[in-house]
Amino acid sequence: MYLIVLTVHVLTLCMLVGITAMLDLRLLGLTLRGVPASEVLTRLLPWAVAGFVVMVTSGAFLFYADPVMKYRNIFFRLKMVTLMLATLNACVFHRGTYRDVTDWDLDPLPPRGARMAAGLSLALWAVMITLGRLIPYQVYWFDCGRPSQSAIVKLLMGC
Amino acid sequence: MSLLEFCEWIQFSPPLVAMRSSPWLFPLIASIHLMGLALIGGAVLLGDLRLLGFGLTRQPLTAVTREAERWLIAGLFVMVPTGILQFMCFATKYYFLRFFWVKMAALFLVIAFTFTVRRRIVEKADETSDHRERSKLAALVSLSLWGTVAFGGRWIGFP
Repeated sequence: MYLIVLTVHVLTLCMLVGITAMLDLRLLGLTLRGVPASEVLTRLLPWAVAGFVVMVTSGAFLFYADPVMKYRNIFFRLKMVTLMLATLNACVFHRGTYRDVTDWDLDPLPPRGARMAAGLSLALWAVMITLGRLIPYQVYWFDCGRPSQSAIVKLLMGC
Repeated sequence: MSLLEFCEWIQFSPPLVAMRSSPWLFPLIASIHLMGLALIGGAVLLGDLRLLGFGLTRQPLTAVTREAERWLIAGLFVMVPTGILQFMCFATKYYFLRFFWVKMAALFLVIAFTFTVRRRIVEKADETSDHRERSKLAALVSLSLWGTVAFGGRWIGFP
């Protein structure tokens, strides 16, 4: 059962991060340059949101399956911080640069604010993928019982 | 030399032994592989959703699929090398996994299908209902084959 939920969680990556990457690439002026930015966003964002819902739900089940291991996991904690940063970045973009989208909707290369938000989004998702993949590897490097563990790692893990 | 002997030779060659001795390298390669998955997933969804009548429906089919194909190829350039590296790390394990061979077969099929059959369907498509049906069928074939590849990838990764 755990493996099935994990599989759903990983495959939904295509929908959430994949569609988000396409949106970001449009905002960076790297794809679909002839299509209005707002059209790409309004037509594709619902699919990313649907992916997000599946991701959060399956992720919550994965957490629930092994809460102590996840709670004390340095990669899990950093992943949650990155998730918050990515959400914040999206909110800031929608309330900021995207408000004046009519001014730059047809520009093949959107304004600097949009490009920065898109670049940051791509970077944060790449970091999140890596941190998520590293969650089960914590035992190899970080363990609360390890004598040589540095104080900062212990603090981050909540030992 | 049999295929199995070849797998053994790769897996236990000095560079691969050195690679496995680092606990960081495999999960990092796997993370880059997953970033490629997101890129391919986004590109495939962009094209296939359009073929199914979702997403960027106001844009011409050929324009959307051409862009999607570009990013699909970019994604393959990320996924194939990192995939080969992961295979070389544990070649003898994958040799015995049926799903590994299913995944490889589905991968070759879907690449061939995308750049021959699907491309031709897109080029010939206009808005007559006959072609709409054919487009939908092409999208469903593409999505299920890519789904098999992705599912196989997750399934062979379990210890």
